[in-house]
Amino acid sequence: MQHAPTLKRFLQAVAFNTVIAIGISAFGQYTLASNLVFSQCIGLSIWALIDVVQYKLIRQYDTQWRRLLWIVPTAVVLGYGLGSTLASAMLASHDSARWFDEPAKLLGFLFVSLAAGGVITYFFLSREQLAAARLSLAHTQAQAEAAQRQAAESQLTLLQSQLEPHMLFNTLANLRALIEQDPARAQAMLDHLVAYLRATLNASRTTLHPLHVEFDRLRDYLALMQVRMGARLRCALDLPPELADVPVPTLLLQPLVENAIQHGLEPKVEGGAITVQARLHGDTLTLEVLDTGVGLPPDLGSAGFGLTQVRERLATLYGAQGALELMSSSTGSTMVRATFPCSKIAP
Amino acid sequence: MTDAPTALIAEDEPLLAAALQAELARAWPELRVVASVGDGHSAVTQALQCLPDVLFLDIQMPGLSGLDAAVELADAWPTAPGSKPFPALVFVTAFDHYAVQAFEAQAVDYLLKPVQPARLQKTVSKVALTLAMQAQSATKEITPSAHLGPALQTTLDQLRALLAPIAPQPAMPRLSQIQVSVGGAIRMVPLQEVIYFEAADKYVRVLTVQHEYLIRTPLKELLPQLDADVFWRIHRGTVVNVRCIDTISRDEAGKLSLSLKGHADKLIVSRLYAGLFKAM
Repeated sequence: MQHAPTLKRFLQAVAFNTVIAIGISAFGQYTLASNLVFSQCIGLSIWALIDVVQYKLIRQYDTQWRRLLWIVPTAVVLGYGLGSTLASAMLASHDSARWFDEPAKLLGFLFVSLAAGGVITYFFLSREQLAAARLSLAHTQAQAEAAQRQAAESQLTLLQSQLEPHMLFNTLANLRALIEQDPARAQAMLDHLVAYLRATLNASRTTLHPLHVEFDRLRDYLALMQVRMGARLRCALDLPPELADVPVPTLLLQPLVENAIQHGLEPKVEGGAITVQARLHGDTLTLEVLDTGVGLPPDLGSAGFGLTQVRERLATLYGAQGALELMSSSTGSTMVRATFPCSKIAP
Repeated sequence: MTDAPTALIAEDEPLLAAALQAELARAWPELRVVASVGDGHSAVTQALQCLPDVLFLDIQMPGLSGLDAAVELADAWPTAPGSKPFPALVFVTAFDHYAVQAFEAQAVDYLLKPVQPARLQKTVSKVALTLAMQAQSATKEITPSAHLGPALQTTLDQLRALLAPIAPQPAMPRLSQIQVSVGGAIRMVPLQEVIYFEAADKYVRVLTVQHEYLIRTPLKELLPQLDADVFWRIHRGTVVNVRCIDTISRDEAGKLSLSLKGHADKLIVSRLYAGLFKAM
């Protein structure tokens, strides 16, 4: 009720009252002028009472609208008395006295007022409920749009982090070099690059794929990095055959492996080894990425973005049953371990 | 210059190093590649050993970046009369928007990976011209009084400009205290008590008269939060409180070092920042 301007409601009430006055005049009761005065006085008194009382008493329409069932009749009776007294005084007539003499007529007018009050209150109420519903719909839409925009932005950041230009151009430079030196190897490298790009660009963040496909994608990326880093990079992928078909979130491990290379092994002069392994303990799947690189920086920087992404995905899919741990040993090696239930997805 | 020009390639990706060497053989047949290394530190030691005419430095290398290697080399390059001029530098990068902008601004030679033959030819012509001019001026004028040769002086000016923050720096609030963790507690060290900061592996050492603390905030992040009039960078890894400098002295090799008030340590000033210290 508070939303609609009071003036607007006042004018609507005046309009209703005028219609009632014209209706009564049409049945030949009294003059239009006196009917108008009575109708406005009574109608506006009722309106003002209902408006003030429901403003005071009803905060939540969804749960408290039943209060109207007694507010409206009470306001109608009181407003009728108040309004008719006021109108009688204004017209200096004895109409009201005459009505009191005729109980049937008095009852009739009261009944009309009651019906009109009910109808008008319902009219106001439903209109304002509608307006409120529209407003909340617009609000919900704005929220949904904001969420969508945020999701798109984070998707873009993710994509940018995966298609890191430095990685891409260095890979292309290696490819260019291989075309001359070793065309067969160049072709193999290009195939890995194509598979890597396709997987990165297609990856839907909500779906699952078998663990062996996940390992294939890691193999593509690591093959590219092995061409680039040469003997500085050694890798081992350890996937027990019985776990090959376990469903896992698509490209879950990709950011972890990229972190291990970019922040662990690439900055190390002598390079090192990366190991990715999958294990099943009871119902819990454990995926580990281990590198013998330079260790964790005091400030995680861009490595933190990948970790946050993975952690959020696990939380979304598995709730409290998904976890991501980061461990660093004094020798400089770093281990990231993702654990989550083997088959279940949180509802 | 009677000998064939010599070059050193510093590139951590072996295929790219080989490819650059092959492309150079086509673009500059006289050029002799005397060394090819895979990290920044080796680039410095090898360059000091081979004294090449040209250096091809990859920007992103393990150990030491190409830019930092150049600074270190400029610091250590021999300057005795008659020694070889500082090599021409060509930076190589796969993708670095800001670096490329800076190279353009400082007229520093650079190549983008993958290296295109036409672009390489242009760079080679430019470097060859520089070397020829150097050879000419070296025979004409002998400047025994100058501490640094003109090639080194130019390079130092360029490197100093390259190392200055290129990306617009966000306005940083000034620090007044350094928060260090001591045991389980945090100690607030007033900034005026700090004599100098020194980068050490993954940490930064904070030295006061009585204590030495370690903090995790990298020097690069710390610097914009310090008053530039009080805290001067004098080396890649050293930022000193000017109020704590006692005397500046020059050794026989022309190197500047600082002695401090309230601390026995002597700090070496990089050639890059030697211009900060001049008698008024």
